[in-house]
Amino acid sequence: MTVRIQIPTPMRQHTEGQATVEASGGSVQAVLEDLAKKYPGISQRIFENGQVRRFVNLYLNDEDVRYLDNLNTPVKDGDELSIIPAVAGG
Amino acid sequence: MSDSFVRGLKCRICGKAYPKEPLNFCTDDFGPLEVDYDYAAIREALSREKIELRNFNMWRYRELLPIDGEPTVGAQVGGTPLVPANRLARELGVQQLWLKNDAVNFPTLSFKDRVVSVALSKAREFGFTTVGCASTGNLANSVAANAAAAGLNSYIFVPADLERAKILNTSVYGAKVIGVHGTYDQVNRLCTQVAFKYGWGFVNINLRPFYAEGSKSMGFEIAEQLGWRTPQHVVCPMAGGSLICKIPKAFDELHKVGLLKNDPKGSVKFYGAQPAGCSPISTAVKNGWETHRPVRKPNTIAKSLAIGDPADGFFACKLIRESGGWAEDVTDAEIADAMALLGRTEGIFAETAGGVTLAVTRKLLEQGRIPKDEEIVICITGNGLKTQDAVAEVLEQPAVINPSLEEFEPLVEGAREPALV
Repeated sequence: MTVRIQIPTPMRQHTEGQATVEASGGSVQAVLEDLAKKYPGISQRIFENGQVRRFVNLYLNDEDVRYLDNLNTPVKDGDELSIIPAVAGG
Repeated sequence: MSDSFVRGLKCRICGKAYPKEPLNFCTDDFGPLEVDYDYAAIREALSREKIELRNFNMWRYRELLPIDGEPTVGAQVGGTPLVPANRLARELGVQQLWLKNDAVNFPTLSFKDRVVSVALSKAREFGFTTVGCASTGNLANSVAANAAAAGLNSYIFVPADLERAKILNTSVYGAKVIGVHGTYDQVNRLCTQVAFKYGWGFVNINLRPFYAEGSKSMGFEIAEQLGWRTPQHVVCPMAGGSLICKIPKAFDELHKVGLLKNDPKGSVKFYGAQPAGCSPISTAVKNGWETHRPVRKPNTIAKSLAIGDPADGFFACKLIRESGGWAEDVTDAEIADAMALLGRTEGIFAETAGGVTLAVTRKLLEQGRIPKDEEIVICITGNGLKTQDAVAEVLEQPAVINPSLEEFEPLVEGAREPALV
């Protein structure tokens, strides 16, 4: 499955300036692992000791993955995964 | 007058330093950025006497707020009353109770004017001409009004099912209001994408490190109004969880720069209040969790507190725990009842969030979590005129009569015999 991943503007230095990149896998976890292979810089910013960092939110299409099956959430071709900084609002 | 005492921004997680820029998170670990002040210089520059000579508004503490030079937006914000609430205290069986009443904050009747005046002054410094926010209502009103007065364009994003009054109170200022189908958290996520895509100044997104500092002024005022000292207990409503963290920060800063008569460290307990229909932070505190678990679909009359995934949830849990305080949540019925109680005892009409805070205070007193013989400050953050429908059902309907003395007389409670005329 190929998924489009949206990269937040201030993080694009780690994806050669690209706003969206593509990665493949059967689950959110697998897609992010594939992203890590292509762009190692962004991976270490999203993960710490194998866990998604506290202030990173992941949305599959328009849903927060915490309300789905978190990193195990299955993905399908054409899905969009957004990496969103959690520190906003209020 | 004053030059800035701000050195820059700093990540709260890894400590990485950033210049003053419109950015809310660390590009290394997504951690929140916070303003970094030169407290030693502020200590030299500021004194109680100097502050007391200034007008009574939030800018009398401007050395401790993150702007360069004079505020250009919201110069009259703050300076709200700290009301000794003796009649309410009797009703609750407590000895010393104050209400910090931001229901009468200027210009839009909520504490949000404090954060917005900082954020928009900062937006102007950065050269933004379009500003915006994701809001549950009060912030929408405040950004729209203050942006109008400052001649800035504004885009205001709110959940589409918000109270009508809060939408009208935004549109009237000429703001572009966008009702989004979904929860506040979904609105917020959209705004995060919009803010960076369009390069606008969103007060609670890319301007958030500066914005959030405005809340400290509520704490500065409480301490000054008590005679430059802190109370023992503070009860605060929680939506994003920022305010309850900024009041203790304000107390700590006043101490650090030598303005307080007491050391607030370890002597003030903070209590967080949430509605039962959206209680991620209070639930986490009560269960001893390190941080909150998000609430997908908040359902409460206290719409201004309906944030299911609070940005400062982690920090609010930590602050409450470390201060020795607690958190509670209350039902819609308890909220409406507390709004009426506040109205009939103190003559203050607070919005639903005020009902939440008072009802939680009452619950914590009943639980023995807050002692009845110590000093308590309750933070009232918004005005009841914006959420009138919430109390309609708990209030007595007005009597309707013909213009006749005979019809009026049976309505007089107690005294059956009218005074001689």
